[in-house]
Amino acid sequence: MGVKIRIPTPLRAMTGGVDAVQVQAATVDQALAQLCSQFNGMDKRLFKQPGELNRFVNIYVNEEDIRFLNNLQTPVKDGDDLSIVPAIAGG
Amino acid sequence: MSYVKGLKCKECGQVYPQKGVHVCEVCFGPLEVQYDYSAMRGKVTRESITAGPRNLWRYRDLLPVDGEPRTGLFSGYTPLRRARNLEKVLNVKELYIKDDSANYPTWSYKERVVSVAITKAIELGYDTVGCASTGNLANSVAAHAAEAGLKAFVMIPHDLELGKVLGSLIFGPTMVRIEGNYDDVNRLCSEIADKYRWAIVNVNLRPFYTEGAKTFGFEVAEQLGWKLPRHTVCPTAGGTILPKIYKAYREFIELGLVEDNQPKIYSAQAAGCNPVVEAILAGRDLVRPQKPKTIAKSIAIGNPADGYYVVQAVKQSGGWGADATDDEIIEAIKLLARTEAIWTEPAGGTTLAAAIKLINSGRIPRDESICLCITGNGLKTVEVVVDQLEQPASIPARLEAFDEFLARGKKKVAAPAPVPVRTGV
Repeated sequence: MGVKIRIPTPLRAMTGGVDAVQVQAATVDQALAQLCSQFNGMDKRLFKQPGELNRFVNIYVNEEDIRFLNNLQTPVKDGDDLSIVPAIAGG
Repeated sequence: MSYVKGLKCKECGQVYPQKGVHVCEVCFGPLEVQYDYSAMRGKVTRESITAGPRNLWRYRDLLPVDGEPRTGLFSGYTPLRRARNLEKVLNVKELYIKDDSANYPTWSYKERVVSVAITKAIELGYDTVGCASTGNLANSVAAHAAEAGLKAFVMIPHDLELGKVLGSLIFGPTMVRIEGNYDDVNRLCSEIADKYRWAIVNVNLRPFYTEGAKTFGFEVAEQLGWKLPRHTVCPTAGGTILPKIYKAYREFIELGLVEDNQPKIYSAQAAGCNPVVEAILAGRDLVRPQKPKTIAKSIAIGNPADGYYVVQAVKQSGGWGADATDDEIIEAIKLLARTEAIWTEPAGGTTLAAAIKLINSGRIPRDESICLCITGNGLKTVEVVVDQLEQPASIPARLEAFDEFLARGKKKVAAPAPVPVRTGV
């Protein structure tokens, strides 16, 4: 078990094509830190600086945007789904 | 051949060749089409544009397509109208309405972005197109895909107005209603675009798609007699059109086609979904996402992808923002219909209501030229006005009954059954 992080296409070049990664973590921040430690260069894709995501990176825990939860401190537990989604134009 | 140099990340400057990528692989920032403006000088002129077709493709040199246009041959070049009746009501000197409620064939500004995106999709070899939509985009994708002979998948929130639902279904796409709001649809479409090799126009074709919105601004400038309005008020949802109108103005200035009168641009949102206006008023760059709650469903996007760029364009131009409550939106829809005979959807009501606030607060001076951007048609959203209009009287087919009706001061003779409107499907 653990937390499943879904990897979007633009980041799969860094994961060798892998589309989901399992990590053990208690918060979103910890989960992303684990992801970054596994894949070289991932931190620059996601973070502007430690504790601050790039402007166009949206993170969802079980379909809810973490900005409606507790941002990077949002708790996660075994079985949770974490998605990394780029922003999209309107419609 | 085109004047396109390639794609460039708006955030970090990384460059890419033209292909179906929508976000920077380095920082996730959006990609913007880059043109060779110096090569256009002397070739893209008022004369070259005027000699073009009377549709949005007259600005083809400033659009990212290489081959012949595949759709949209009857789209764009919508009326720019002097709004003399509304000028009197609002006590302003020079007011124009750019009316995309008359944009063919599905009556919204989306024909512009979709015509470019679908032409590009064919160039890039896709046979299936799709979109995440609040309704208008789905209508336009379904229609243009039918014309271009492509398969279409349109994804919408589950609770859209009936007119917007039927306005897509009639063209025969595969429609999926998603249980959630637009931001949920958006997130799902991002994942769909990852998994299937489709051209989701506002996801993986976004850099090309958004360029089509510039034609709205080009037309305003050309139809005003190669001049820019001093003040342009534009609705904001995902944040596509406002920065692109501003870009269109800047491109015409750059090419020497219009004088730089330092045009200002203003964002209009519904009070029930105002993340961009809230940021503008607070002087923040950060756009905080919201959960939308408004009748203006076409602009109910709580997490606008290009919201940051709306804030930047507004700030750079010296403009401002305003929001409008649902009641104000409905009153403005009626006012526009009863002064200028334009029936717009709530997004247009939002624009007019916000413009009124900006004028009354002195942000927009009464003696300078103003352009309101009307981007959608009211016939698709009858639900929002059905309880807001006086129900017609019902009388027997006899002249005496009509005389009696007039004598009663046109009061209702008998309470008629309300006009039936079914919401959802």
